[in-house]
Amino acid sequence: MALRSVSRKSLPLGLAVGHVRGLQSFSLPELPYDYGALEPVISGEIMQLHHQKHHQTYITNYNKALEQLHQALAKADSPSIVQLQSAIKFNGGGHINHSIFWKNLAPIKEGGGEPSKASLGWAIDTQFGSLETLIQRVNAEGAALQGSGWVWLALDKELKKLSVQTTANQDPLVTKGSALVPLFGIDVWEHAYYLQYKNVKADYLKNIWKVINWKYVSEVYEKENP
Amino acid sequence: MGSCCYSPSPSSSHLLVTDFFSWGFKSSKLPFLQQKRRFDRSQRASKICGYHGLRTPPYKLDALEPYMSLKTLEMHWGGHHRNYVEGLNKQLEKNDILYGFTMDELVKVTYNNGNPLPEFNNAAQVWNHDFFWESMQPGGGDMPKLGVLQQIEKDFGSFTNFREKFVEAALTLFGSGWVWLVFDHLNISSVWWMDVVDEIMLDLLQTRTFLYLVKKEEKRLAVIKTSNGICPLVWDDIPIISLDMWEHAYYLDYKNDKGKYVNVFMNHLVSWNAAMARMARAEAFVNLGEPKIPIA
Repeated sequence: MALRSVSRKSLPLGLAVGHVRGLQSFSLPELPYDYGALEPVISGEIMQLHHQKHHQTYITNYNKALEQLHQALAKADSPSIVQLQSAIKFNGGGHINHSIFWKNLAPIKEGGGEPSKASLGWAIDTQFGSLETLIQRVNAEGAALQGSGWVWLALDKELKKLSVQTTANQDPLVTKGSALVPLFGIDVWEHAYYLQYKNVKADYLKNIWKVINWKYVSEVYEKENP
Repeated sequence: MGSCCYSPSPSSSHLLVTDFFSWGFKSSKLPFLQQKRRFDRSQRASKICGYHGLRTPPYKLDALEPYMSLKTLEMHWGGHHRNYVEGLNKQLEKNDILYGFTMDELVKVTYNNGNPLPEFNNAAQVWNHDFFWESMQPGGGDMPKLGVLQQIEKDFGSFTNFREKFVEAALTLFGSGWVWLVFDHLNISSVWWMDVVDEIMLDLLQTRTFLYLVKKEEKRLAVIKTSNGICPLVWDDIPIISLDMWEHAYYLDYKNDKGKYVNVFMNHLVSWNAAMARMARAEAFVNLGEPKIPIA
């Protein structure tokens, strides 16, 4: 990565950033656990490919698109500026989404799958009836999603309401509503589960709840909803 | 609807009054009654009427090794494609209006001019996969010949240029989708592949850019990409070759190495024979015009 300099600042959500010539460049955040730590729910092979190849590719292409945007802005080249938007949305979105994803998963022995006993648990019970109902909703939305995308548990900051949302491809949650904050996301792109679950997406969705990091999710909720 | 071994039009609808089974014209030599009895014993036999059948590819499932593994074919055809067929049949059970359409018609009708009906995804993906299997052959790849090569050289400059454009389209597709070589007889094609135009209007439509040509005389080949299950039939294009860029098409064999998959497809899998047959049909269609058959 020629764009990456030695000094690195950590932004919220662990988006590691480098600075060169005043131009931001992003780099791959580290996983808070080993590749094999989420077994048997998600195989080490998938985690490694997903992190080192897929997420890295999004970051590489995101940086490239931003570099091109920087040049287009300098030349006031509007057609290029506009044309770059889809690449930025796709690759930047991929970076944002995956950075969240690594944090909202946790190995079973580090609390993965243990439901929240804090205010988030109460909010889920109030707004969905029970955690089981929420799980069913999320899994139904995930199964029905055609093509590639994400399923989210979202918090509407302004209305103080939880909701289940889906986004297509790598669209970040904010494209569904500017007040929406992602509490957790589940990647339903095929690369997230294919090597292990093949085409049985439903099994992947059933099992992933065992490694959802409710502690982190609660923290995000409480920060946005004090 | 009888079709020869290398049917240029992969879509056909079968009204199966017997059990639901996969139809292989080329492989089955049994008389009809014996076929029925054989499939009665099949694990997948059910009591419902099937409207569309799962077409077997025109080669054995391991015939594309080592470029596309048996495992992938079993999963992709036997799992994904089969699910689309079964899903479609389940939906058709409930819908009188859509019952009886051919696959081509079903795709266009359920697309509903951009506001797709729930059946569209299944219908289009059944069509797409039928077309895809027949776009490949064992010992494929290499170069097209005769008319196909001529048309490619006319519309892209050279085969190399076409190949580059096709590969680039495959690698720049965001999300799930397909890449196509189509015969674009209404002159609606992606702006990146048009070189010379007389008068143009640019219309940005989500992730695709359309070029509307005022002069509608030329008919030419174009490379286009579509998202999810969208099929160029819905724009009245005539598909010649397709490549499935959904991750399930290549992940088991190539993991995330899309580039390798696309190159292997171009070098070893793509069936220029199928392209030739389809183009012959396309040219007949374009030159003679679509026949207007009165409503009975």
